[in-house]
Amino acid sequence: MTVAVRVIPCLDVDAGRVVKGVRFAELRDAGDPAELAAAYDGEGADELVFLDITASSGGRDTMYEVVGRTADQVFIPLTVGGGVRTVGDVDRLLRAGADKVSLNTAAIARPGLLAEAAHRFGSQCVVLSVDARRAPGTASGFEVTTHGGRRGTGIDAVEWAARAVDLGVGEILLNSLDADGTRSGFDLELIRAVRAAVTVPVIASGGAGELSHFAPAIGAGADAVLAASVFHFGELRIAEVKAALRVAGHPVR
Amino acid sequence: MTTRPRVAVLDYGSGNLRSVARALARSGAEVSVTADFEAALGAQGLVVPGVGAYAACMAGLRAVRGDQVIDRRLAGSRPVLGICVGMQVLFAEGVEHGVRTQGCGQWPGTVQRLHATVLPHMGWNTVRAPAGSLLFAGIGRAERFYFVHSYAALGLPLPAGGYLRPPALTWAEHGEPFIAAVENGPLTATQFYPEKSGDAGAALLTNWLETLR
Repeated sequence: MTVAVRVIPCLDVDAGRVVKGVRFAELRDAGDPAELAAAYDGEGADELVFLDITASSGGRDTMYEVVGRTADQVFIPLTVGGGVRTVGDVDRLLRAGADKVSLNTAAIARPGLLAEAAHRFGSQCVVLSVDARRAPGTASGFEVTTHGGRRGTGIDAVEWAARAVDLGVGEILLNSLDADGTRSGFDLELIRAVRAAVTVPVIASGGAGELSHFAPAIGAGADAVLAASVFHFGELRIAEVKAALRVAGHPVR
Repeated sequence: MTTRPRVAVLDYGSGNLRSVARALARSGAEVSVTADFEAALGAQGLVVPGVGAYAACMAGLRAVRGDQVIDRRLAGSRPVLGICVGMQVLFAEGVEHGVRTQGCGQWPGTVQRLHATVLPHMGWNTVRAPAGSLLFAGIGRAERFYFVHSYAALGLPLPAGGYLRPPALTWAEHGEPFIAAVENGPLTATQFYPEKSGDAGAALLTNWLETLR
């Protein structure tokens, strides 16, 4: 009777299409987020994250349609993030069928947005996405970045996560930009530091490359693990990750 | 050929209505989403969803006379299914951030904050259903359901006297044991989201729809 460790694939979506090449031979349209979501659901994914990387505002509207189509055929939780700026954006995504909405840059610019969203929709559907990297000048040794890690903010990442929880967010999606893309494992120090500072669930992201990488992230205090390319390229399957976690003594679905 | 049971999902400004409506349809229901008193009263089954704060949900429910709809339906043995906060509001009261809010009072008991190191309780957990449960019939003990909540009913303290037929309780645990589902004649409720619980959730909704026939 222990809540299972969640294994979460993340899809980057640009104007309604999945960006990174996804090698699922059995799909009719590997660029359709809804179809991929259904495939991951079938593989045992515990939850899904859509990250909207659409630059144009016109292209963003297709995201609501994609979220709706996905929610109509996939019966596991869906978190949507990327470019969410206002409480109105959160509302639209939730109405479209998202279960949770993640906020990032807009919340850094205006932290009150987190409190407003949590107050209106409940903490359970407000996720703070933190893109953190090592920065010797900060108290914890990690700073918050924006623009996909290209811009440092000087804000302490661990303090920011703790403040966001005080403001009402119900979950932290913690992405290590130092580990992201390296495929050399999650940043366990970062996970430990944030775990020690917050009482809400923490999703570890960035660095997954091998089956042996997932259990240490849970050991460091994460409640869920997120990965993108290793799943999309078929290098790791959801079921394999879960088997590895189970062998390491962590409960999985 | 069997007819599809007509189910109304009560729209009182709370919950992911689209997901619950789609999941019910997948399990074989003919679904309408409505805030209309008569429509909610007349459907074969009524689903009361709910997310967010207890006080806000109760206010929203009262605004559409949802509490009266539930009462009237139960007086006629017409099935009602509460989900998440839609379950919590069926209890006598909820306490959030020190604020005590009166619930629908269908069951005694207080919905309160769980004692756990990580909250919300977010994710897939197992449950312990009682023998003879209709809701969990055919669903294995290892199956998991999707929960997202920080508050729960820790018990359903029945008054002394013994003339009541006690509700059948399903338990789960996060930090401490709490009530994950209640089966009480026509009144059924789950703390988890069956509409987000994959195949196990679909099987549970199918079981509930069976009770409408």
